[in-house]
Amino acid sequence: MANTLVVAELHEGKVRKSTLSSITFARQVGGSFSILVLGAGATAAAAEVTGFGASKVLVVDDASLKDYVCERFSPTIAAVAKGGFDTVVVTASSYGKDLAPRVAARLGAGYAPDISGVHVDGNKRVYRRPMFAGNAYGTCEVQTPVHVVSARQTEFTAAEPSGGASPIENVTIAAPDAAAARVEFVSLEQGKSERPDLGEARVVVSGGRALKEQFAQVLDPLANLLGAAVGASRAACDAGFAPAELQVGQTGRVVAPTLYLAIGISGAIQHLAGMKGSKTIVAINKDGDAPIFQVADYGLVADLFTAVPELVSELKRTVA
Amino acid sequence: MKILVPLKRVADPDNANKIKVTAGKVDTTGLEFKPNPFDEYAVETALRLTENGANTKARIGEVVVVTFGPKEVETTLRGALATGADRAIRVDVTDDALDGDLVARALKAIVEKEAPDLVLIGKQQVEGDSNQVGQLLAEYLGWPQATFAGSIKSEADKALLVSREVDGGTLNLKVTLPAVVSVDLRIVSPHGAKSMHTAATHAYPEGVRFAALMAIMAAKKKPLVEMKLADLVGDASLKVTYGTAELPPPRKAGIKVKSVAELVEKLRTEAKVL
Repeated sequence: MANTLVVAELHEGKVRKSTLSSITFARQVGGSFSILVLGAGATAAAAEVTGFGASKVLVVDDASLKDYVCERFSPTIAAVAKGGFDTVVVTASSYGKDLAPRVAARLGAGYAPDISGVHVDGNKRVYRRPMFAGNAYGTCEVQTPVHVVSARQTEFTAAEPSGGASPIENVTIAAPDAAAARVEFVSLEQGKSERPDLGEARVVVSGGRALKEQFAQVLDPLANLLGAAVGASRAACDAGFAPAELQVGQTGRVVAPTLYLAIGISGAIQHLAGMKGSKTIVAINKDGDAPIFQVADYGLVADLFTAVPELVSELKRTVA
Repeated sequence: MKILVPLKRVADPDNANKIKVTAGKVDTTGLEFKPNPFDEYAVETALRLTENGANTKARIGEVVVVTFGPKEVETTLRGALATGADRAIRVDVTDDALDGDLVARALKAIVEKEAPDLVLIGKQQVEGDSNQVGQLLAEYLGWPQATFAGSIKSEADKALLVSREVDGGTLNLKVTLPAVVSVDLRIVSPHGAKSMHTAATHAYPEGVRFAALMAIMAAKKKPLVEMKLADLVGDASLKVTYGTAELPPPRKAGIKVKSVAELVEKLRTEAKVL
């Protein structure tokens, strides 16, 4: 029977919702699972994940883990994994992607990166993952006794609590990697926003270079009305019309909301790689031949500077 | 500063939507091959870190490029040599005999021979999209890592200030060399990466540099050595093996709506997402 270690991701003292996707992965694999919550303040955060059916919630609460540095986190994760786990899963966020290979190397384990699905057939487990910017899916098998996996938040729906109360157990921090002495956390700069996180929003309103300096002026009313996160194309970020952390695509975030509105985005392959999994895609673009229309469920060929304000008033007018 | 840059040749990413799957294998027939874009950014970064931006002809240090593949991937190495890299290494092997872990273990052996101060690598190669070799290599070497770098500043070639592009913002790290740094696309912006020799005010042209014809000719004479995988790693077994590939499920064909009113109507009653 499988025994999976789910590595929780903390953000400002709270468990990130992305962690719930890793729990879903662990449930799909079957057997039992435990959740490792590590970071400064992990003790308080651990209470958030005791209701998901984990055998244990393991806590490493240490001041040296206040800021994320891979070389300080990976030794403890590997040490805990050695206590009887055959699978380690972390969500394929920038945190998980940085961390998971280093944990795998410490464990001598094979690593299945950025998986979108898992198929369990007796003792055999096949991972499915997007490749070629999402234009093909590969299947892979890990040949080592221990598997390390990063799971796409967009493909594993957030786990619902299952009741019960997993026991919390404190675990001692492992010695940091020798390399930790040569890496120093300097700062974390984050965009301040009242909007939902791009990776978690039900609706994403995304804009391209065509919005020019009016990027926020045009998109904000629509995003506010829909309670949406705001995204951007590479071109809009490169031109300075939107901050880099809004970028959706191969560089930037992978999103799969219920509704994705692409406003003035042409639809480069690198952008499509980050949003093709969205349930309903709407494209508004002046150029009727733009590649974005090939993936859009609903396309409107129009000037966005008139169409978007019109969309805002139509939504307000027809509100039930 | 001496920098090692691993490179990979990939099917033209701008035509990735034209790939086919034949008999369960990805079929890139008819596509052109190009250097992996993120690796090209790594080469450009290596060049910027080993020069004064005011005189990009003179190398201050050394840039060594390495790739894994059959003879024909040498064109990728020659391309990097033409833009300014000094030497090249090709490890003779085919892709199906490799996984990310084996590449990292082979690179470790090369690093131990070459003793660079820095390994610069693309954050992912855009065929497998695995995003793992830099991190694996760092662990195998016991070196610090800084992944998804959007900017790098050299501190007297002893340490690097690296801005990592992370979800929701930027995480700044200072790594003492030797280290492994994986790069993201903004590293090739005008102020993305600069050496200690380059003026803080210097602005590079956006993107990667192109080779002049003379440089392409000269690159043919630069040293390129071949290595055998067996000379680098004793155990060439794979930790991850790939089976059948398939195309993504097709999306239902979309429609064009004529007006904003029709769009809202469809979103409400048909897609039911409002």
